[in-house]
Amino acid sequence: MKEEVRLMKGNEAIAHAAIRYGCDGYFGYPITPQSEVLETLEALMPWETTGMVVLQAESEVAAINMVYGGAASGKAVMTSSSSPGISLKQEGISYMAGASLPALILNVMRGGPGLGTIQPSQADYFQATKGGGHGDYHLIVLAPATVQEMVDFVALGFDLSFKYLTPAMILADGIVGQMMEKVVLPEPRPRRTEEEIRKQCPWAADGRKGLRKRNVVTSLELESSRMEEINHRLQATYRQIQENETRWEEIDVEGADYLIVAFGSIARICTKAKEIAEEKGIKVGIIRPITLWPFPTEAINRAAQGKKGILCVELNAGQMIEDVRLAVHDAIPVEHFGRLGGIIPSPQEVADALEVKLSNKK
Amino acid sequence: MKEEIIIAGFGGQGVLSMGKILAYSGLMDDKEVTWMPSYGPEQRGGTANVTVILSDEKISSPVLDTYDIVVALNQQSLDKFAPKVKPGGLLLFDTSGIHKVPERDDITIHPIAAMDATLEIGNSKAYNMVVMGALLEAMRYKLPMENVVKGLKKSIPERHHHLLPLNEQAIERGRKLLNKE
Repeated sequence: MKEEVRLMKGNEAIAHAAIRYGCDGYFGYPITPQSEVLETLEALMPWETTGMVVLQAESEVAAINMVYGGAASGKAVMTSSSSPGISLKQEGISYMAGASLPALILNVMRGGPGLGTIQPSQADYFQATKGGGHGDYHLIVLAPATVQEMVDFVALGFDLSFKYLTPAMILADGIVGQMMEKVVLPEPRPRRTEEEIRKQCPWAADGRKGLRKRNVVTSLELESSRMEEINHRLQATYRQIQENETRWEEIDVEGADYLIVAFGSIARICTKAKEIAEEKGIKVGIIRPITLWPFPTEAINRAAQGKKGILCVELNAGQMIEDVRLAVHDAIPVEHFGRLGGIIPSPQEVADALEVKLSNKK
Repeated sequence: MKEEIIIAGFGGQGVLSMGKILAYSGLMDDKEVTWMPSYGPEQRGGTANVTVILSDEKISSPVLDTYDIVVALNQQSLDKFAPKVKPGGLLLFDTSGIHKVPERDDITIHPIAAMDATLEIGNSKAYNMVVMGALLEAMRYKLPMENVVKGLKKSIPERHHHLLPLNEQAIERGRKLLNKE
């Protein structure tokens, strides 16, 4: 059968992808610029086909705790929101990390701080990659640049979070959430049966039915030595994730004089900026981290060898730049360019910044 | 082939849905497409715009500085985007409500009386399709009408498919606006 190519908003695509993945439940609360996720799910009515639960909770806090409950019983569950809503969910996210629960969380970032603006932003990089909630934990953070990646990262996010038993986040922005593009949807998969869940998740609190000892899912451990052990186990998992799951894309890195590092939809604006710069004879390569955590530290270090400088382009005041500077040990100049508060830079602005901040220096 | 287009006007004029139909038509013609709207408060009565890119090749940035084609449906949009037409590019604008016409001699300018033509048809909701007809006629890239019809079908919910003939008629009326000049 020929794959059906469709035109879809990133947010709509997430909803289709979730149903086709065999997701068991979505719990959310509307907020621009991601309300189409819940709207599309409501329109598709998956509870009548796959049996997937779609629920508009009374608040973001309620939604994330419903996700905790669903995940604790071994279900593939998710939530989505935008920046201020994601802040509200942080307690639940930290609890899930502490309880080693799989779940998928989508953040379609908007400008902040506070209630901010509904326009696109990438200012939640720190929150997503450095904790967000309390305690020593990491999320697996995926940054989609296209609507197709919005689709693909639903399956990837769920798969990774079940493999490593830790929540995964898709860190998108208002651009990729709102824009329409060609997508190919995956073949629908049935939801896992109760038996399959019991096999995959022997830890799940899914009703022991007199067959086994009870399972307890909690992030609480008052005995410090045991709490330390739990922490060490989490850290070992994070090291494994770093070793196995770091993903990035490189464009014309070899032979370039300068590097741009950018993630998500902004990397695409940078690709156009690269073309503009090259018309002036400035040779530019691009590295697009696909996983923001784990961060492609070694790839950036390798790519930076022999380069004259790096421009970090982010829709924030300079957050990922800290990880880039660490990656290259400040061996070459690393500069930041970004717009704040929901303004999207044009390709020309990025090309100008590259020229002013780096190539004019020597 | 690559056409970088912005359609801009008031919220409610059908700017975003015209962009969607154009993008879907391109998709039906096997092109790569992106549709990037201005979203949020702008949609509710203020100015609205949508960037549509149709291309043979993979599209990098969905956000642009300059455009091959600008379609401006009010004075604000005309003032804002006329300077952003690439040299050699195309500017279409609806003459109704326009008091200041841009002066550029390095681009092709088509003033169209789309609102008047729509009133002739007798359904003001067909306005954006009249504009789209003019755009299709003016564009270098000739989108086959059969794919435009397929694009229409894909974009319009099935319960409104009885309006397809009206939309096609509006597109044909729009094409004539351009041929008259």
